[in-house]
Amino acid sequence: MSEAAKAPKLGAPIIEMRDVNKWYGEFHVLKNVNLQVRKGERVVVCGPSGSGKSTAIRCINRLEEHQKGQIIVDGIELTANLKNIELIRREVGMVFQQFNLFPHLTVLENLTLAPIWVRKVPKKEAEETAMYYLNRVRIPEQANKYPGQLSGGQQQRVAIARSLCMKPNIMLFDEPTSALDPEMVKEVLDTMVSLANEGMTMLCVTHEMGFARQVADRVIFMDGGQIVEMNTPEAFFANPQHERTKLFLSQILH
Amino acid sequence: MATATTMLPASGSNGLQRFGLWARANLFNSVGNSIITVLFGALALWVAWSIFKWGVIDAVFVAPNMRACQTAGTGACWAFVGEKWRFILFGRYPYEEQWRTAIVLVLLFGMTGASFVPKLWRRETAYAWVAVLIISGVLMWGGVLGLVPVESDLWSGLPLTMILSLLSMIFGFILAVFLALGRRSNLPVVKLICTAFIEIMRGVPLITILFMASLMLPLFLPPGFSVSKVLRALIAITMFLAAYQAEDIRAGLMALPKGQFEAADALGLSYWRKTKSIVLPQAITIVIPPLVGNLIGNFKNTSLVSIISLLDLMNTTQVALVDPNWRGLTSEAYLFLGAIYFVACFAMSRYSQWLEVLLNKGKRR
Ligand SMILES: Nc1ncnc2c1ncn2[C@@H]1O[C@H](COP(=O)(O)OP(=O)(O)OP(=O)(O)O)[C@@H](O)[C@H]1O
Ligand SMILES: [Mg+2]
Repeated sequence: MSEAAKAPKLGAPIIEMRDVNKWYGEFHVLKNVNLQVRKGERVVVCGPSGSGKSTAIRCINRLEEHQKGQIIVDGIELTANLKNIELIRREVGMVFQQFNLFPHLTVLENLTLAPIWVRKVPKKEAEETAMYYLNRVRIPEQANKYPGQLSGGQQQRVAIARSLCMKPNIMLFDEPTSALDPEMVKEVLDTMVSLANEGMTMLCVTHEMGFARQVADRVIFMDGGQIVEMNTPEAFFANPQHERTKLFLSQILH
Repeated sequence: MATATTMLPASGSNGLQRFGLWARANLFNSVGNSIITVLFGALALWVAWSIFKWGVIDAVFVAPNMRACQTAGTGACWAFVGEKWRFILFGRYPYEEQWRTAIVLVLLFGMTGASFVPKLWRRETAYAWVAVLIISGVLMWGGVLGLVPVESDLWSGLPLTMILSLLSMIFGFILAVFLALGRRSNLPVVKLICTAFIEIMRGVPLITILFMASLMLPLFLPPGFSVSKVLRALIAITMFLAAYQAEDIRAGLMALPKGQFEAADALGLSYWRKTKSIVLPQAITIVIPPLVGNLIGNFKNTSLVSIISLLDLMNTTQVALVDPNWRGLTSEAYLFLGAIYFVACFAMSRYSQWLEVLLNKGKRR
């Protein structure tokens, strides 16, 4: 595979999923998922609805529990051990489709809460960091508003900034632009691109194929709880190997 | 926020004109509606007039006893209230010491009023509450600082009602939060205990719990220990209120979108931090109306302690009626009592509506 060519500039594996299996009752959602993400790597995950994309990335910060196999994040294995789960969650930021900002807190409070209570950063320092990241996502003037007063695109950028304030090593994105009006998609994608250019390790579930082409080191296609295909974006789009991938791409790219 | 649809702007043309327009649009917009308006208007006027005649025009305000009242007029005998208000409000608390309970009343009402003001929702207010409760305790019990000791069995009337309501409100709410969280816990034992407690309390009338508390609590205590009747009643009322409020809070917890929990988890917040900063503030805001509804119910429920022979407001009123000089003035007595309860409950109700608007302002779309 041509990804080997890109490998040298990347660091050691930071996320490892080995034969991960998960069931919802009788329903087998994840079937032997194997995935390695190296430090600094950008991976885009796509696939039809219900294929298990969200479930897979939510296992990485233990929002979902896997029943078989191993998940190792930043050298720590995810088990029922609460301490380890907390350690991993500190290092892994997550951005949700529905933003999930805390509506009763101001933007600034949204951004400083976790640094203050989880990282034990002094309040003043946390606020400085928060303002830095609000500048980064280009909405410093919204710091004292409540999330409900912002547009969807602004809310999602706040959500990204909120994760970044924890200074994570890894960022997970679960369809961050799917709930946005089309004119707001770009502002969020721009933020993600600039993050990618800085070398953040990113695992993104998205159907924004332009974004995948622009920044991804690898694109993964999931279907029926399995990783069906995994390749560089060039090869993935130009020359998909599997019928299911071809079908999916033809639907999504018209 | 919703705007009233039938109300016209408060400013502008004169009030009478606006009322005329409003009345035409809402009360006289059809023949049927006009007839109903006239009929009910007449009925309301007649009722209001009768009450006014009984309560004011024909009423007797000063009289030495009921017989004198009856000869002086055919309406209400407010002289009864004039004569008995002090007993109704303070009951059997020693007459010369009643200034102490009066101070307690002022302190408790003052603190309650102050707590209604959002600007005062600060740590200092909580400290002030602790101080006020300690001072109130000292004043009520006495026995220190040269104050004559007063048995808690003699606490009565409005101070007793206030003490029972306020303390059960404070402790009941705290207990309710833990019960609600416990009922949703992943730990089976915790969940079972909380669920059982809530369901038992909700499945039994308060009277039963009051009796049980007053009869059974002493059995659980080591010999030589005793719990005063007031404390037994307080424990019973607190547990009862807590069970209902726990269910309110649980409804709030269930109404909270799953994403809020997930976002807090993903940020690495601990369970208690997540609960305190993210979950409870939102869940409780959602359920302010039923929470206040239960507080209002609780305030009125404290009148049931009369059945374990505590002299709360209800009981002092009944005792006042037993006086042979004033027998038969039930209407006047209960109107006076009702007015006290109504003012307190109505204030709580209006406050909750106002608070709801305030807390939702600008925070949600
Ligand atoms: N809590 C749950 N209980 C039972 N089944 C679930 C649960 N959550 C998800 N599923 C099922 O698991 C499958 C995978 O869900 P998942 O959310 O991972 O899909 P997805 O690939 O992210 O889809 P989408 O593109 O619609 O977000 C779906 O069939 C879904 O119905
Ligand atoms: Mg999904």
